[in-house]
Amino acid sequence: MKGVVIVDYEAGNLTSVQRALNRVNIKSYITSNPTYILEAERIIFPGVGAAGKAMQVLKKFGIDKALRTAFTKGTPILGICLGTQIIMERSEEDDGECLGIVPGEVKRFPEDLKDQDGQKLKVPHMGWNRVIQKKKHPIFDGIDPEHEFYFVHSYYPCPRQEEYIIGETEYGIVFCSVLGKENLIAVQFHPEKSGRPGLRLLQNFCNWDGRYA
Amino acid sequence: MLSRRIIPCLDVRAGRLTKGIKFKNNIDIGDPVEAAEKYYEEGADELVFYDITASYEKRDIMIETVRKVAERIFIPFSVGGGIRTIEDMRKVLLAGAEKVSINSAAVRNPDLIYQGAKEFGSQCIVLGMDVKKVGKKEGIPSGYEIVIDGGRTYTGIDALEWAKKAEELGAGEICLNSIDADGTQEGYEINLTRLISTNVDIPVIASGGAGKPEHLLEVLTEGKADAALIASIVHYGKYSIYGLKRFLMENGIKVRIKW
Repeated sequence: MKGVVIVDYEAGNLTSVQRALNRVNIKSYITSNPTYILEAERIIFPGVGAAGKAMQVLKKFGIDKALRTAFTKGTPILGICLGTQIIMERSEEDDGECLGIVPGEVKRFPEDLKDQDGQKLKVPHMGWNRVIQKKKHPIFDGIDPEHEFYFVHSYYPCPRQEEYIIGETEYGIVFCSVLGKENLIAVQFHPEKSGRPGLRLLQNFCNWDGRYA
Repeated sequence: MLSRRIIPCLDVRAGRLTKGIKFKNNIDIGDPVEAAEKYYEEGADELVFYDITASYEKRDIMIETVRKVAERIFIPFSVGGGIRTIEDMRKVLLAGAEKVSINSAAVRNPDLIYQGAKEFGSQCIVLGMDVKKVGKKEGIPSGYEIVIDGGRTYTGIDALEWAKKAEELGAGEICLNSIDADGTQEGYEINLTRLISTNVDIPVIASGGAGKPEHLLEVLTEGKADAALIASIVHYGKYSIYGLKRFLMENGIKVRIKW
């Protein structure tokens, strides 16, 4: 099974990613089979839900190893939302070990989150927000800094090295909303639910050769 | 900084778009899939569909509508109306909705909120609240009472207490509808909206009463709403979503203006 593979690990509605890809004429397959993940030309690793349960399922199917191997051999990988969190080393959510592809951890938004006027901010961070493009990356091709993306999350990734932070978003604090390491790019928002800029980002990923300095 | 969301609400009966006033006198105003696509193109941040089909047997028509909408729009949308079980939720979510909205069924069986959140995540579960102003009295300390069955049945439940309880049970968001204001186009119920929004930590979508841009501004500032639901104000072409957003932006509200 070549082409674009969407990893199924019982975490949320994967058909929405597939429908978005259909819209931009990209054929994709949904699978939880590690062999297909290893053979894929590119991998989308989405997800909604809790980190602890997700890791259990990934281990049960052997997807954790397949993803690490695919990353090492250079397959372009796109993480989305929970998928983005799972590629880090560990998460405060369920206080568990994650895949460890990118060094750093996943933290919860602080309890006393406030905006610049001192108004209390609600958690989850739910709705549309901008991405400050910290580094040039092919994933941002044709995307304006004023474009917004749809977020829904209570936890966010904190890469240990600055070099992995590709984009940032402000919600009471400034957090990493796009991170990248070699052939891996991962976003905290939902491109499949972010209208035209989101579709563009998915298209950019599918045109990307996986190279990033 | 997070944008305030502008959310068109589409009432669907047997696969057709309708609009009523104070939950009555519904008239046919078009095809829901076409309307959804139009609002998506115009910059809606999210959509809400309510299935007001009377008969439970005809609910599969709604699933078909949800499926068609999901193929054509790429923003979040929720579906409410007649959802009573985890299986009902699963059907709607699998057909492509992000969220389900539960209302009467949650009042009758609050455990449905907990079970739904456990099964699909809190972000999927929207509590729909239909509220009537009854004045402060015994059992209703806030003066606002929860009504169900499309506004026909008074429950004796205080609106604020119910909102807090639903949050504890795992609701991810509240869609707060004032029946007194619904369809009147005379403005949102500001006091009610502020009361609920400042007392829960989950986002509150204000619903009912939007008739002009100033109403949205009022509910997003004084009312402290995280999002505003709109219907009549855009369904009849009097205002466009883009126009409403420009107005809000010019008045200092952060909205998503480019898409």
